[in-house]
Amino acid sequence: MLLALLTIPVAAAVATYFMKNDVWRRATLVVTALVHTALTAGSWSIPLGSLLGGWLLLDAPGRLFLSITSVLFLGAAVYSVGYLRRESPDVRRDFEEGLLFSNEPEATFTACLLLFLAAMTFVCVSQRFGLLWVAIEATTLTSAPLIYFHRHHRSLEATWKYLLICSVGIALALLGNFFLAVAASDQIGNAVPLVLGDLVRQAGQLHAPWLRAAFLLLLVGYGTKMGLAPLHTWLPDAHSEAPSVVSALLSGCLLNCAFLGILRIQEVCVAAGEGAFGRDLLVIFGLMSIGLAAVFIAGQADYKRMLAYSSVEHMGILALGVGLGGAATFGALLHAVNHSLTKAMLFLVAGNILAAYRSKSTTDVRGVLRLLPISGVLWITGFLAITGSPPFGPFLSELTILKGALDQGRTAIAVTYLALLAVVFIGMTTAVLRMAQGPVGGDVSRDRGRESVLSVLPPAILAVLVLVLGLYVPQALRGLIEEAARTLG
Amino acid sequence: MWVDTTLVFLALSSLLLLGSSRLSRCVRIVAFQGVLLGVLTMAVAQHDPSLRTIFFALAIVALKGVGFPWLLSRVLRESEVHREVDPLVGYIVSMLLGTLTLALSFWLSARLPLPAPPLSSLVVPVAFFTTLAGLFLIVTRRAALTQVLAYLVLENGIYVFGVGLVHGTPMVVELGILLDVFVAVFVMGIAIFHINREFDHIDTEQLTILRDWTP
Repeated sequence: MLLALLTIPVAAAVATYFMKNDVWRRATLVVTALVHTALTAGSWSIPLGSLLGGWLLLDAPGRLFLSITSVLFLGAAVYSVGYLRRESPDVRRDFEEGLLFSNEPEATFTACLLLFLAAMTFVCVSQRFGLLWVAIEATTLTSAPLIYFHRHHRSLEATWKYLLICSVGIALALLGNFFLAVAASDQIGNAVPLVLGDLVRQAGQLHAPWLRAAFLLLLVGYGTKMGLAPLHTWLPDAHSEAPSVVSALLSGCLLNCAFLGILRIQEVCVAAGEGAFGRDLLVIFGLMSIGLAAVFIAGQADYKRMLAYSSVEHMGILALGVGLGGAATFGALLHAVNHSLTKAMLFLVAGNILAAYRSKSTTDVRGVLRLLPISGVLWITGFLAITGSPPFGPFLSELTILKGALDQGRTAIAVTYLALLAVVFIGMTTAVLRMAQGPVGGDVSRDRGRESVLSVLPPAILAVLVLVLGLYVPQALRGLIEEAARTLG
Repeated sequence: MWVDTTLVFLALSSLLLLGSSRLSRCVRIVAFQGVLLGVLTMAVAQHDPSLRTIFFALAIVALKGVGFPWLLSRVLRESEVHREVDPLVGYIVSMLLGTLTLALSFWLSARLPLPAPPLSSLVVPVAFFTTLAGLFLIVTRRAALTQVLAYLVLENGIYVFGVGLVHGTPMVVELGILLDVFVAVFVMGIAIFHINREFDHIDTEQLTILRDWTP
């Protein structure tokens, strides 16, 4: 089963790369996404088993993040069918600077999407730290061509920054892995295998200073990929230049995968009695990310960049939650689910707006509610959800983190956190409401306003999920998150 | 003996790279480092190199010593850029800073408590120095090609650390890491090819359109 989960996307990627027929290729993409989701859903009731002697296996945190990835990928696959149909394969004029450009071949794009899925699945199931590193670097390499789908110089710039900054970050994480190996070896050359389960069981034997250094390097390395400030610099560029469906996957799945890497090493630190060291660092990085994002969201002129900075903010919230520990850890993991669903939905809707208005400017776009009624409503819904308004899911998880901070008597942190969330709320309100309301602005012809089922159904379903999670967290999900949170203390 | 010699050559080549402006020469220096890493892999195994070690050393020489340099010099030929232009920090200053960093690396590694004594006392300082030199080059050089070379140097430094201190890394992981680095350089090479076609140069200083507030 586990083998199928990993190999089916790869096999489908190879197949789609050589397919000549557009319809068949798109159908393969959706069918693969469906099979992947079905297998992931199956893993909730039937254990998948392990591979390579326990190096690959699906534990509670892995299952949580795999489920998010799988659901979002299915939504993105359905959406991309409509998207690819809309995109003409010929040379055309860029709406921002009037340059001529063409798209990457669709076969390459689809194949990279599927390989990206395989790489993220690999991240979720890797128990051995070396393999985890290989998998996370693989997600960078398979997603870089996705960002460069529109072949013009801006997306090229974004791709180059993404590749270089993330590769350097992840190289530092490799050094962190070697430090961990040093921490795990003793004087006579015996070593604890670098497998999560073994490290946790024999955590007492780990050499503490080296373990701390390893944690620091892994935090910086995977934190770069996760978009924690001040290492986030690639993130707004990549998210604004990539096709919206890719931005949705980057924000909703990829950042989580990097976060999982940090959770893995934190789990080892907790078992070794070094949990407090990691927690303090996570709180600092978390608050820094929320603060920086708040500054850049206020007055942001590009709505895709605004969403990207909002991802930086929410990654900060995740780090803060795990850093606080206790009940806040549960809140953080629940928030990972809520944020992914909401942000993916917002990026998909942003894609619809971009297609109709041909502008990414928050001032040029006017009257989304009139031109695109369904997308307009979803845009407002998503905005309310992402800023933590009741009754949506993020409200519940952000409140749990706040309660966690207050219960521990860390009032200063709680107040800062609330104040920054308020700044973000105000910053996003002006932009989002201005875009949604009023008469239709800009040079938009009426025929661009038609909304196809494929472009509104995936975000609509995600919106329903976000609403349901705000009202009621199913017992199975709650149990899974509790199990995952227990490993982090 | 072999280990020390290779490590000394590695540190010297990194220092030389800090002071080189001709891109073709930079590529050759990094190729030389690739071969050194292959030798180091064999030397660490000492008297009884297993079949696995031989295979892995050959793979490293083939990739880092031959494959990457070939790919990058092809990119270089296409791009018609032969020199690094206006680095943020000059070559002489870079070399001086490099020497200081080397001293710092020795000072730092003398203070690190290692659980087991390493094969050679040079392993940790040279690994740190090479890693830091790579980071420094990425930050201060502007040609996209130099940045890829710098990434390789950074990776080489980390590899020295791994091969010198960590034993028993499983084959799957080692090959996975090598494969990732290979694909990374390959994808970066393709990106440079596109940058060159799009901008008629490979100067990353021009990649500054994406920002939050245009003045």
